[in-house]
Amino acid sequence: MSIDWYFILEKLVLISGVLALSLIVAMYSTWGERKVAAIIQDRRGPNRAGFMGLLQPLADGGKLFFKEEIIPGTANRFLFILGPSLAMLVACMTSAVIPWGDTLTIAGKEISLQVADINIGILYIFGVVSLGVYGIMLGGWASNNKYSLLASVRAASQIISYELAMGLSLIALLMLTGSLSLKDIVEQQRHGYWNFIYQPLGFLIFLVCAFAECNRTPFDLPEAENELNGGYHLEYSSMKLGFYLFAEYINMFISSALMASLYFGGYSFPGMDSLGLSPNLVTILGFLALFIKIIIFLFFFMWVRWTIPRFRYDQLMRLGWNIMIPLALLNMLITGAIVLYRQG
Amino acid sequence: MQALTNRVQPVDRRPLTLWERMYLPAIFKGMLITFKHIFQKKATVSYPEEKRPFSPVFRGLHILNRDEEGRERCTACGLCAVACPAEAITMEAAERKPGEEHLYREEKYAARYEINMLRCIFCGFCEEACPKDAIYLTETFAPANFQRKGFIYGKDDLLIPDPKAKQTV
Repeated sequence: MSIDWYFILEKLVLISGVLALSLIVAMYSTWGERKVAAIIQDRRGPNRAGFMGLLQPLADGGKLFFKEEIIPGTANRFLFILGPSLAMLVACMTSAVIPWGDTLTIAGKEISLQVADINIGILYIFGVVSLGVYGIMLGGWASNNKYSLLASVRAASQIISYELAMGLSLIALLMLTGSLSLKDIVEQQRHGYWNFIYQPLGFLIFLVCAFAECNRTPFDLPEAENELNGGYHLEYSSMKLGFYLFAEYINMFISSALMASLYFGGYSFPGMDSLGLSPNLVTILGFLALFIKIIIFLFFFMWVRWTIPRFRYDQLMRLGWNIMIPLALLNMLITGAIVLYRQG
Repeated sequence: MQALTNRVQPVDRRPLTLWERMYLPAIFKGMLITFKHIFQKKATVSYPEEKRPFSPVFRGLHILNRDEEGRERCTACGLCAVACPAEAITMEAAERKPGEEHLYREEKYAARYEINMLRCIFCGFCEEACPKDAIYLTETFAPANFQRKGFIYGKDDLLIPDPKAKQTV
């Protein structure tokens, strides 16, 4: 069996690129979060480290690296270290199936800007995202601290509840597109309308569930600074804490990319095929379009965080089971009926 | 029931309407409010570059005054220390030696004069108590310091520069 070294090299470059991109975006999301928080609260935000405080994430990261590592004496060492590693690993894994752009043609070879175009892309994301809760659960459990334990319990039940509604809202989308591959879904939107127009309710449900899955305000109960003291990462210090925080921002980035790809045309933008530019340039413009969409979503995540207060736990559960799931089912039924009507 | 004041606000306890229970319109309203704040004036003053103007009656750091000829006005009478409610002022008196007339206005002067800026409450009673117009509160405040002893201001920190010495320079 001959090994296609070019293929391996191409994928390696792509993987490192995507990984670096997610890390950099996560890094600057922390800066963005502080800036957005500041401007919404009539403040200025970080502006001392470099121009407009752009070096702030480096300073924060450097600080986290040099902090003392503390592992509590009563903690389960193995699980305690596994927790943040798993959270980070899972967060980085999701980006594999997201189509970051169309194909680039370099030296006669077509290179797809997607690490893996697997035909079950959405299922893969679902599987990996559900693994993400293990990082939080293990970390909280291994800390041997009542607040962390409470946070893990909360995280587990919250993510399970919202995963259901999220899946149901996606089923409606899949009925329309007839494909589980993200690349197919984006290509369909490139030649037709964005899925948001067909699935506004589905998008809304997906959005709310994405907030819950990312543990973002108003669903940040596992972290809940003022009632659980930071929740599952209460006992963590140094870069292990950094990993947890980073994983959260990478998750945000990936779910923004996912929402943009599923409902807002991914790397396609209106008038993309009638520009008359070279395909490579169009691909790059498409990537930029996706990036802008992602940044808008990231801003939206932050904007919501600094507007809406946290839900109470029973409200969160009621919203998940009594409102989101019936709504998602209704959305699925209506979509199914329309699809059936148009076919026959 | 009769209201006790005319400022009573009746509480609306009607059950929420469907529109209100949908929750999203309220969220949208809230989001609009926060969005408007993006464009509003920032309340922050970028401190070292930009200073907030104080009112003319602001009571800040103390100075020890000199007279027109550059002689210290303080005679170490101790009235400021007595007046000080925070007991922030300490001093040691000394007698003026012959040949020091150009330094001290009267026969007695303060050899040591210290104000603990951490104790001081900047009430300005020392200023009022002083019979010799020797101590005044200015419009600046004590800058940050790493150590407590840095906040004990001695004569070098408090005395204003000699007006005559300035002229010669």
